[in-house]
Amino acid sequence: MESVLALGGFVLLRDSVEWEGRSLLKALIKKSALCGEQVHILGCEVSEDEFREGFDSSINSRLIYHDLFRDPLNWSQTGEALPGGPLGALQAMCRRTHPGPVTIALDSLSWLLLHIPCTALCQALGALSRQHAHPGGGSPAEPVRVLGLFHEELHGPGPLGALSSLAQTEVTLSGTMGQASAHILSRRPRQRPAHQTQWFSILPDFSLDLQGGPPLESQPHADPHTAPVDPTAHVTFNLHLSKKEREAKDSLTLPFQFSSEKQQALLRAGPSQATSHIFYEPDAYDDLDQEDPDDDLDV
Amino acid sequence: MFPELNNLLNTTPDRAEQGKLTLLCDAKTDGSFLVHHFLSFYLKANCKVCFVALIQSFSHYNIVGQKLGVSLTAARECGQLVFLEGLKSSVDVFFRAQAAPHPLQFLREADAGNLQPLYEFVREALKPVGDGQAAWRCPVLLVDDLSVLLSLGLGAVAVLDFVHYCRVAVCWERKGNIVALVHDSGDAEDEENDILLNGLSHQSHLILRAEGLATGFCRDVHGQLRVLWRTPSQPAAQRDRSLTYQYKIQDKSVSFFAKGMSPAVL
Repeated sequence: MESVLALGGFVLLRDSVEWEGRSLLKALIKKSALCGEQVHILGCEVSEDEFREGFDSSINSRLIYHDLFRDPLNWSQTGEALPGGPLGALQAMCRRTHPGPVTIALDSLSWLLLHIPCTALCQALGALSRQHAHPGGGSPAEPVRVLGLFHEELHGPGPLGALSSLAQTEVTLSGTMGQASAHILSRRPRQRPAHQTQWFSILPDFSLDLQGGPPLESQPHADPHTAPVDPTAHVTFNLHLSKKEREAKDSLTLPFQFSSEKQQALLRAGPSQATSHIFYEPDAYDDLDQEDPDDDLDV
Repeated sequence: MFPELNNLLNTTPDRAEQGKLTLLCDAKTDGSFLVHHFLSFYLKANCKVCFVALIQSFSHYNIVGQKLGVSLTAARECGQLVFLEGLKSSVDVFFRAQAAPHPLQFLREADAGNLQPLYEFVREALKPVGDGQAAWRCPVLLVDDLSVLLSLGLGAVAVLDFVHYCRVAVCWERKGNIVALVHDSGDAEDEENDILLNGLSHQSHLILRAEGLATGFCRDVHGQLRVLWRTPSQPAAQRDRSLTYQYKIQDKSVSFFAKGMSPAVL
């Protein structure tokens, strides 16, 4: 997970309905803020109070929330809306001239994609990373990091592919059995893309708790709403054996089990054994031929 | 309201949460029993309810409401319920001149409209009252349903914007709740409905999904209800995030049971 922030550039955070990504976004923002960076957030989907919830005051003082949630389309006509609508707000973020390392978080790219054309969004993202690579005056490039939250189910393969190709790092959220995992794809220049899967959980104060591997198979805890029902409770036949029945069953020898006692008994065939007789009454139609039909075989 | 559903959701009218968006969706079955549940639940919780009813008439909801113990007529008269009867008032858009834009003004517009008039109606309906009148608990917006707006010619983004603004006005400013029903057609070709459903799912705190049984119609088990708790921006605590129950709708109640445990088959 360290590589996500170390690489810089554009980080695409792909989440889904089942595995939401805003808490991971907030965790990454907290990490950036703790490194001393200033964080600009273009908030479209949640209110500023809800976004800042969970951060302590030192982190909150480093966050600048550009509120596109309250009145994105200027329906209230009060003049409080960010000028230029969604596209204007995004372009205003690009024109920021504050020096120093900075992180820009876009919450969310999906909301922006529904309201501005994909091409405009991609151009803006390119401008965001380009602007800080070449600030005027020959000073060294300021590291800029753009974190974009992207809801996978809302878009087709086209926008996803376009944003994915712009991203230096792509983090796809999934998980199993209540434990979240992030599949991280990092693209470094002149190197092959690197894949990594990291299991993690996010603590209430938005620090990242990295886990070593997938969760072990644990006993599913009892459902508090339904008492465990015994399916053998009301059947109409007997499923259990009494002690005598169990003993009789264990001592029974199977008919085709060839034990040494059985072998001896067969070989002995003594007078104590009852011999068997065959009584045959021929019918009128029976052909009693005393000749052995196999006589002519030369064996 | 259905007491068994309250138990499943671990809530009562006295302890209703505030500032939440609840998404109801149904797939291959009729999920309107959930709408009736939440309507009677919030009326009993003494909340001010704005009901945008686009599917059925007022008397239909009233009859079902009486079975569940609430009188919509009385609630409307005392001001607790603001009822927009879509079926009746949509006719007014065409046949009666309106001074202000009608909430369903988009029906008249030739090009892709937006739902700003409807949003203004909702905001006005749930405005906090001045002193001297009964103070209700949090405001609640109930919509039955949002998918029909797509059928009436609006785009998914227009409906999402409407819900966005309602979230700002109702959930954030007034700490109220929103409950909306969306149909899941299951049809891979209905992209607009999928965008609407997924877009709302990402913003919801609670998703109740009523599904028909995969094996078809059954007399004793009418469907399956999946409950998903989400917290769009807080890390998930260790709790039951998802539950699945089967249900049977009776005349005045709905009974829930674990999968395969219907009393009829045990």
